[in-house]
Amino acid sequence: MTATVSGSQTVLQLEGVTKRFGGFTAVDNVSFDLPAGTIGGLIGPNGAGKTTLFNTLAGMIQLDAGQVVLNRTPIHTLPPHQIFKAGLARTFQIPRPFREMTVLENVMTAPANQAGEKFWNNLLRPRKVAREEQALREQALSIIDFCDLSRVSADAAASLSGGQLKLLELARVLMSEPEIILLDEPAAGVNPSLMVTLVDKITELNRRGYTFLIIEHNMDVVMSICDPIMVMARGRLIYHGDAAGARQDPAVLDAYLGDLP
Amino acid sequence: MIGVISYLVFFLILALIFSIAVLGLNLQWGYTGLFNAGVAGFIAVGAYTMAIMTGPSREAVMGGFELPFVVGLLGAMCTAGFAALVVGLITLRLKDEYLAVATFGIAVTIQLVCLNWEYVTGGTLGLISIPNPAKPLTDGPLAQNSVFLLIVVGVGGIAFWSLERIVQSPWGRMLKAIREDADAAASLGKSPTRIRLESFVLGCMLMGLSGALYVAFIGYVSPSDFLPIVTFQIWTMLIVGGSANNRGAVLGAIIVWGVWTSSGYVISKLVPTEIQAQGGAMQAVLIGLILVLMLLCRPRGLIGERMNVSRHARI
Repeated sequence: MTATVSGSQTVLQLEGVTKRFGGFTAVDNVSFDLPAGTIGGLIGPNGAGKTTLFNTLAGMIQLDAGQVVLNRTPIHTLPPHQIFKAGLARTFQIPRPFREMTVLENVMTAPANQAGEKFWNNLLRPRKVAREEQALREQALSIIDFCDLSRVSADAAASLSGGQLKLLELARVLMSEPEIILLDEPAAGVNPSLMVTLVDKITELNRRGYTFLIIEHNMDVVMSICDPIMVMARGRLIYHGDAAGARQDPAVLDAYLGDLP
Repeated sequence: MIGVISYLVFFLILALIFSIAVLGLNLQWGYTGLFNAGVAGFIAVGAYTMAIMTGPSREAVMGGFELPFVVGLLGAMCTAGFAALVVGLITLRLKDEYLAVATFGIAVTIQLVCLNWEYVTGGTLGLISIPNPAKPLTDGPLAQNSVFLLIVVGVGGIAFWSLERIVQSPWGRMLKAIREDADAAASLGKSPTRIRLESFVLGCMLMGLSGALYVAFIGYVSPSDFLPIVTFQIWTMLIVGGSANNRGAVLGAIIVWGVWTSSGYVISKLVPTEIQAQGGAMQAVLIGLILVLMLLCRPRGLIGERMNVSRHARI
């Protein structure tokens, strides 16, 4: 469960990413680089275009202009499942578990190219599948343990609490050892003690070399763990820098407070 | 006594033949969430393939290849699978109810083709004298049916065992992930289009197999065997038995076919002769009633689905 740290190389590079819905520009010419081993924070008022940007990065929405490069490979033309295989994994703002499956199997679903995912291998090469499954199961159980879900690993995902579902989504993406993990509001709707756990997990994973890009509204979380911070408003990137700078930047203050009389 | 046993054998043959189609639908709906409302069409494709491949030659109708029974079964699975591939490539991008409407339309189209393409299907008369594989091996109707039952149990057993193998696995896990949330599955590297297509084609191959066995048993095939009511029956069998559980699929087939045939008997005895003609409609109403009651009282069926998919991942 360790990712390779590649110095201060850029993992993710956005160049002029633009997404329009009819006449409305949800993401407007957004460019930034995210170095390996960082926790990037993407913040901004509601409707700023953060989740739309995530959806375009993950391939769920086609972008209209610009490009997304993951470790020097352009990924913006790929479908979602291939973007995941290229190393970009995401979680959802509202968790999307496989409800009628156990927690263990939710996690075991994630790795790509399992031998048993070709149906004929289950008839023709059962031993190979069994060996792989055994190894995956061990790996999954250790990740589940890391995410504090051991107690519920045999339960249906449908029975988990909101906070546990956030942890389950994290566990799922960790299985594939991605180059970068996009977390969409990991702290939203999570009780305070579980939120501390979640933040601890993220910083611990970051120490092990994982790169994150996080959308979050909880400013305590953002200011304490994220660097750099990117601020979006009305689809545009209005700030890119450290946390202290964001607090004083007039454009950022205006975006958050400007609509007040 | 012999009469009861004969009837029981006859009943089981048909119930088990249906159960193979239910297993196919279970793969599609139970595991993958594909709303195939065209089951009858794929059964028809398998049935006609069997009739054409193994039947005797006849005037003005294609066929007469008189190929062996096993070749007919394999051929039926291949043509049903090919039909499913073509249909799947066109329709599987559709979601839920749209897929249902599309497949329903395709099944009706297939039935109409069977009715009208006389050179291939024999038209309204259908194709008769399809050889029964049990006939050369035995004499007497009971012995013949018993041997045929063994054949069906054998073929069905292989289908059941293979299915259990391939669904209690990482492949089955992918199917279920797609059923639960296709976008989330795609975000974890699974290709919904490919997986849906695999499940759809394999499921339809089983429906084709079911149709082929039916024809070999009954000895003839006609377009009236593949009306939408058949799709409806297969669906009821699956819902009653339990979606996403292969044992449930087989159990549902036996129970619903039992209710269907015994209600036919009861109606023929109790209902005054002048309204006997409506008996068939009453059977359909009864099946609909069972379906509704089941969905209200026990939506997961008699044997529900298990949370655990892969047999390697039991805790």
